[in-house]
Amino acid sequence: MGQRYRFLGKPTPRKDALDIVTGRAKYLNDIRLPGMLIGKVLRSPYPHAIIKDIRVEKARQLPDVKAVLTYKDVPDWKVGLPPHLRVLDRKVRFVGDAVALVAAETEEAALEALELIEVDYEILPAVYDVEEAIKPGAPQLYEEFPNNLLPLGNPWFGSPQAPEGLKELIVGDVEKGFQEADVVVEGTFTYENITNPLPPEPPGVIAAWEDPRTVHVWLTSQGIYIDKISLYYLMKRQYDVVVHGPQCGGSYGSKGTILPLALQAILLAKAAGRPVKLSYSKEEHLTTFTLRLGSRIRGKVGMKKDGTVTAIEGEWLVNTGHYSAVTQGQVMVGLGEAQLVIRCKNWRLKPKIVCTNRASSGWIRGFGGQELKSALLPLLYVAMAKLDIDPVEFFKKNVIKAGEGYFWRDGQWWVSRVIDFTKAIDKGAEVFGWREKWKGWLRPTAVNGPKRIGIGVGVHGNADVGEDVAEAYVRLDPDQTATLFVAVPEQGGGQRSNLCKMVAEVLQIPLERVFISPADTNINPYEFGLVGSRGTYAIGSAVIMAAEDAKRQLFELAAEMLRVGPEELDMRDGIIYVKGQPDRQTTWRKALGPMRTIVGYGRFEPDYSLCNFMISFVEVEVDTETGMVELKRVVNATDVGQIIDPLCLENQLNGCLGSAGIDTALFEETVLDPKVGRILTTDLIDYKWRVFKDLPSIENVVLETPFPSHRFGAVGVGEIATSPGPPAVVMAVSNAIGKWLFSYPATPDKVLEALGKTKGGH
Amino acid sequence: MEGKALKLVVNGKPYELLLGRDVQPWHTLAYTLRETLGLTGTKIGCDHGACGACTVLMDGKAILSCLTLTVECDGKSITTIEGIGDPATGRLDPIQEAFIEHTAFQCGFCTPGIIMSLKALFEENPTPTEEEVKEYLSGHFCRCISHYHVLRAVKDVVEKRRNPDGAKV
Repeated sequence: MGQRYRFLGKPTPRKDALDIVTGRAKYLNDIRLPGMLIGKVLRSPYPHAIIKDIRVEKARQLPDVKAVLTYKDVPDWKVGLPPHLRVLDRKVRFVGDAVALVAAETEEAALEALELIEVDYEILPAVYDVEEAIKPGAPQLYEEFPNNLLPLGNPWFGSPQAPEGLKELIVGDVEKGFQEADVVVEGTFTYENITNPLPPEPPGVIAAWEDPRTVHVWLTSQGIYIDKISLYYLMKRQYDVVVHGPQCGGSYGSKGTILPLALQAILLAKAAGRPVKLSYSKEEHLTTFTLRLGSRIRGKVGMKKDGTVTAIEGEWLVNTGHYSAVTQGQVMVGLGEAQLVIRCKNWRLKPKIVCTNRASSGWIRGFGGQELKSALLPLLYVAMAKLDIDPVEFFKKNVIKAGEGYFWRDGQWWVSRVIDFTKAIDKGAEVFGWREKWKGWLRPTAVNGPKRIGIGVGVHGNADVGEDVAEAYVRLDPDQTATLFVAVPEQGGGQRSNLCKMVAEVLQIPLERVFISPADTNINPYEFGLVGSRGTYAIGSAVIMAAEDAKRQLFELAAEMLRVGPEELDMRDGIIYVKGQPDRQTTWRKALGPMRTIVGYGRFEPDYSLCNFMISFVEVEVDTETGMVELKRVVNATDVGQIIDPLCLENQLNGCLGSAGIDTALFEETVLDPKVGRILTTDLIDYKWRVFKDLPSIENVVLETPFPSHRFGAVGVGEIATSPGPPAVVMAVSNAIGKWLFSYPATPDKVLEALGKTKGGH
Repeated sequence: MEGKALKLVVNGKPYELLLGRDVQPWHTLAYTLRETLGLTGTKIGCDHGACGACTVLMDGKAILSCLTLTVECDGKSITTIEGIGDPATGRLDPIQEAFIEHTAFQCGFCTPGIIMSLKALFEENPTPTEEEVKEYLSGHFCRCISHYHVLRAVKDVVEKRRNPDGAKV
């Protein structure tokens, strides 16, 4: 495959490759504005407290300190859904919550100032467990949210018919469904190790006021235009915001929740009258920034012998920590995603979003669906085991097919137009050797002395490939170059390069002749952000349309010169010729002349009728003497329609391990001590991560069945790479040891406990 | 210590840094390189010696510049990502060329540190095996998981060294 196009599908050096390998790529901390101050945050030592008194005079008197802000000094700007978290508040709700902000000439001066701030706290009882938090009499984080329950729904994701979108999944008649089942299984399953996606670059913001009404903000971000609009509204439409997106040192979704930091930096810069940088240390990153949602399901499933799911009922308890940035949206997308891989006519799945006294959970790759499925699939696995159903056959039967429908986040029923994903499942199973290795549920594939091999499989899909609006311009210049204007910062997937490739393909000019504008809201049109897997279809469509629009205008000019209709023309490497008569030609340069540019415009409207899909097969080796689980092999299989760049795609799929993906089932966890409310995994020694020495074998099976998306038939898949793996791993461990082990991560203590070799405390 | 000049060579260029003015006793080498000398190619990830992003060469050996105080660097020669290849002609180091060809990075934040470690590795062992490369790079935190492409790029460099005429082994 990959020969359908001149540029697409072929490996191409990324346009920013030279900058990256020479150290010239500019990340947030590499930017220094004239007069820029360093911002620091004083953080609460208590998980829940009222600030009774706060004295900052000594800090303000330090010569190098230019601004000190407390809750008394800041406007009533609130973030969250619905808006509930003040930029600084009189109440603190987790260990690490912001108490005061300082801007100073140097980091040392800022840190010294923090030490001089005196705070008297009235300590309140705290709560960490999702079910404890909703009990009557539990500590209340917000007066407006009784029992710590956040309202469901998200107006940003709604539709005219369902203004708040998909709040719960209620379809059909579950009672009838359970009656039709051959087996009914009930249980509580959790995915609550609140892992940290932990990009290498910590989150950070620089704010600089151009004039009293206009502020410039540099963000580590995936979506600068939506950040601009969000900040405009969060600041009550009083100020204009220009957002610049430098190279982003990894995000995996998490930096979508940068806005509270941005507001803090904006206020510090305003108070100091100078630019301010507020950039987190790794300890702040680990203890105060975005974690995965805590996910707990009390569920019940009905299943037939042929793998038909007759009913799913349950309560989905979502722990969002001290606030919800967009958790409602994640819950909505998660409920939608479940239907893409579990076909069931009768659902009653009711979410509850609960606040607790710890660092917040927020948006991360998988966007709610990974958290839902990592808890929901184990329930289904138990039902499959009771009926002796091969899980691969189950997923083939249950993956969404064209013509089938689902409720998406907007509360609307969408009928799918997807290609047949069962081909990818079959091919993946073949490469993995599933048939040879599968010995049945709770049976190891092989036993070598104390070591046992087990296999597992998980799936994920997301109809976000066409989510939200994208706009782009393509400008044609007299020197036969094109410049793409799109508000997309580079965060690692290579999308800035890949969007240029699409322009090169439409205009048939070498990639070196396509440039891309800086990620800056002053010059680029609206774009929702490089989130989910929307880069290839949603953003790609706007880019393709813009390039086609520009080409059409160019052909109109050339058509007059060649005295033919513009539809009779074609173009290659700047030579415009009449189709079938290559001798009748002119050039882009001549058609445009030296004093004209052309701007093409493209706009993509959301389309939720297409989704991506990925299946991950894993093989683990469990040492029954030590309890160690080693991931030996991963086979991912997907169908992307058309590969844009094979190296970028393979990189994204290899990402299945890190950024709170497969390894959340093996060793990653954020450890919170409930006695003091403190996160104990505060550095990169205690928070475990995978090193080069421990790499498993990974094979990525990528099919290219053209999708009915845009002219190149492609959809994105990068976001979901992390999501099928975690439940696959706990299945594999269970099969290896012959006992169910549905606790994330499957650390040696839990394995030994499951084997009856220790009496653990879990 | 106040007023004493610290002499060090960075990327072949001699510097004299005045203690108390240019360098404070608590400044790490990573801080001095980035904030005082403006060489921001060296990245700070964890700032605690656990992620490898800040790796530079000191007299040819890979060190963590976030765990090295600048005052310890008197008389030393430091090489950063800006100083490899040939800055005058723009010619890249073969490691950099291989990283570009194999897209051996995603977000790129950990890349300069990995490249500097590989520079040191190749000084010690011009033709390392894959296992030796993995061992050597195990102090580098890459969260995007570009490890596989890095290993491919390194293999390519090693193969070209073994067989400079270009025929694939």
